[in-house]
Amino acid sequence: MIGVRCGVCEKTYFPPRMICPDCGRVSIEKMERFKFSGKGTVYSTTVVHEAHEQFEMQKPYVIALVELDEGARVLGQIINCEPNEVEIGTEVKSTLRKLGEEGRSGIIYYGYKFVKI
Amino acid sequence: MAIIGAGMTEFGELWDYSFREMGIRAGLEALNDANISSEQIDAMFVGNMSAGRFIDQEHVGALIADYAGLAHTNVPSTRVESGGASGALALRQAYFSVASGIHDIVVVGGAEKMTDIGDAEMRSIQSAAADQEWETVFGATFASLFALMTVRHMHEYGTTREELSAVAVKNHRHGALNPRAQFRREIKPEMVEKSPIVSSPLRMLDCSPVSDGAAAVVICTSEMAKQFTDQPVEILATAQASDTLALHQRKSITEMLATKVAARRAFDMAKMQPKNVDVAEVHDNFTITEIMAIEDLGFFPKGEGRKAAIEGKTAIDGEIAINSSGGLKARGDPLGATGVAQIVEIIQQLRGNADKRQVADAKVGLTHNVGGTGASVIVHILGAGP
Amino acid sequence: MDEGIVSYGAYIPRYRISPEEIGHIWGLDGASIAKGLMIEQKSVAAPDEDVATISIEAARNALKRTNVSPQKIGAIYVGSESHPYVVKPTGTMVAEAIEATPALTVADYEFACKAGTAAIQTCMGLVGSEMIEYGLAIGADISQCAPGDLLEFSASAGGAAFLIGSKDIIARLDTTVSYTTDTPDFWRREGQIYPSHGGRFTGDPAYFKHILACAKMLMEKCGTKPEDYKYAVFHQPNGKFPQRVAKQLGFAKEQIATGLLVTKIGNTYSGAIPLGLSAILDEASPGDRIFAIAYGSGAGSDGFDITVTDAISEFKRDAAPMVREMMENVKSIDYGTYAKYSRKILLAEE
Repeated sequence: MIGVRCGVCEKTYFPPRMICPDCGRVSIEKMERFKFSGKGTVYSTTVVHEAHEQFEMQKPYVIALVELDEGARVLGQIINCEPNEVEIGTEVKSTLRKLGEEGRSGIIYYGYKFVKI
Repeated sequence: MAIIGAGMTEFGELWDYSFREMGIRAGLEALNDANISSEQIDAMFVGNMSAGRFIDQEHVGALIADYAGLAHTNVPSTRVESGGASGALALRQAYFSVASGIHDIVVVGGAEKMTDIGDAEMRSIQSAAADQEWETVFGATFASLFALMTVRHMHEYGTTREELSAVAVKNHRHGALNPRAQFRREIKPEMVEKSPIVSSPLRMLDCSPVSDGAAAVVICTSEMAKQFTDQPVEILATAQASDTLALHQRKSITEMLATKVAARRAFDMAKMQPKNVDVAEVHDNFTITEIMAIEDLGFFPKGEGRKAAIEGKTAIDGEIAINSSGGLKARGDPLGATGVAQIVEIIQQLRGNADKRQVADAKVGLTHNVGGTGASVIVHILGAGP
Repeated sequence: MDEGIVSYGAYIPRYRISPEEIGHIWGLDGASIAKGLMIEQKSVAAPDEDVATISIEAARNALKRTNVSPQKIGAIYVGSESHPYVVKPTGTMVAEAIEATPALTVADYEFACKAGTAAIQTCMGLVGSEMIEYGLAIGADISQCAPGDLLEFSASAGGAAFLIGSKDIIARLDTTVSYTTDTPDFWRREGQIYPSHGGRFTGDPAYFKHILACAKMLMEKCGTKPEDYKYAVFHQPNGKFPQRVAKQLGFAKEQIATGLLVTKIGNTYSGAIPLGLSAILDEASPGDRIFAIAYGSGAGSDGFDITVTDAISEFKRDAAPMVREMMENVKSIDYGTYAKYSRKILLAEE
């Protein structure tokens, strides 16, 4: 997970931004490439029972807001555990999984999901 | 600025009406109510979120102008979009066009036809108001984003399952009194809690339905309004605010900052305070959204909003009537039409035409319309005319 | 110079299904099939896993155990018979995920169950000829198998990655030989979802002929006997074949025990020898000698004579999960879930 850190106020952002929302213009050209460890804590969580077409096969699944150790917050699935094993405060780590595909003959796209640690 | 006419279709699964038919019906009712003819209309603004995906139709500004029988006057017609707040934003754009002096009489419409497609596809389209790249792509549905807010709200303020249910129960009770509402039957809290689970802890009856419908109002300057009606409704304030598209980029997810900012701007413009408001239509697309809204708008302190419905404070005869129409929950939520339908309800309340839903002595009303998970919020304050 | 394994990493998905569960659906005696194949359960990939995600997880585990910068990897080869794309390599996705791009060569390999070991041989050659400094060889599969076919009881999912180099080697790849013929014992035509096989033809004329021949070639070239090896690992399409071939060659049960994972995870095809080797390296000590013979239908065997070095004492095994851990935190699923996960259910849009 590669985001940025503001060279002025040190706040981290994911996904990467060109301007720090807090610092404004002074941060242009000062946003540094920042690699997150992938570790974080669950900030909020829900179990999705009614899903979009692409995700029908996975339900029920856990969607959570994860606060990464370095500060930024992201949204992702929590996998490899029972849905009721995830709550606010649960520690997780990112891993790479298939997110979906553009139909049976289209491109497959991959991204991060989180596992309980 | 004043509103001189209002109209709307009933909301629901309108299998027999097409998109254009609904738009016309609402428009005609508003024109009749305003007692004006189509030649007098200078411009139209149409709020619509996603006709392109729901019915494969874009360019709806032109479509509605055409089918409203206004095409022969070559009326300028503009489609306005900001997710679920498209209806209120259309009113705001109309307000500017009249305030600028360029147009005198403007029709504002809102319409959405959502039932021509399947459920899973509908959910995909609905979530287009969220962040497709960083939320939907991971499997977040629109409901799941509000569920995340609910879980956090319960964690930070102790909001309970019963308090959420009470919002749905209250709004259905109001809806039962509204002949244009999608749901006209009361429900019990147990029904909410036993309804199918959508995204924990939100259940089906915590969520507003899929609806078809259209609503319309006619606006002009307060001065000109006197020619048409002795019951004009004044637009005391129009305000708008934005926030991050994605939920995870907000500072707090137990409030909508855009609501707080838009409310402040609206009250400043109207030179009023929350306690001056008698009746309000707030964006209860989910039960939690009403709870957060009445806090963010300043009607209840943060953390106290959850008790309001269960304690009867937001009933028609309560401290402040919230969603006397039934809200999005019971009246229905055709995405682009909702913002205008909220205005229509306040107009009826301020004119004393709300029948069984009438809030006693309603003088000031407020509407609150949200796009996405709070990325756009538009607030209007209306007052009964002289 | 010496070429060898600098680091390694493995990955096995956490779902398992038992032969009894599979047999029950098809009206077969799952318990006796389990006994006949000597397979207690097999691993199943989740719907959001594929050979790319497994290869990436294994590669990342390998890199966690070493300080070698991924930018120094000059080649990546992924061997599998269930690559996500028929055209578009898995290797490039691995390369991006581990930040090895852009100065490297990549290709995907196919040779049934020995595509992973072919990748190891290629890396040995590139490193030995000094064309590259480090190479990454991966064998991984989420093998398809026709519903109701006997293969359904054994074809499973998993893989492992090997970082090959000439510095700080933890296990020297001293000798490799291969025995290859054209033998159509098991195949899958372009466009077909499930493979076909020649039933009993897959035994003596295929598996046994090639492994035995390759094993003999290897021991002849190295001048060794079975007793010279601490560990041995043979391709394992079921539990019976590797035990029989070990016996025929003169290897003891204790020698093949550590690498014999099939009883608990099934046949991971291109992942089989890589995973077996990983399990061995998880516990091997300096000086241990390993005899490994892979087999791929079509057909061929790759044999390796490997010696563990002193460097393994300093090796950061704990920096990534060991094979044994991946066998512990498992979840059993029923046939319906298995069919859903392995896309055997015809969905509305298809």
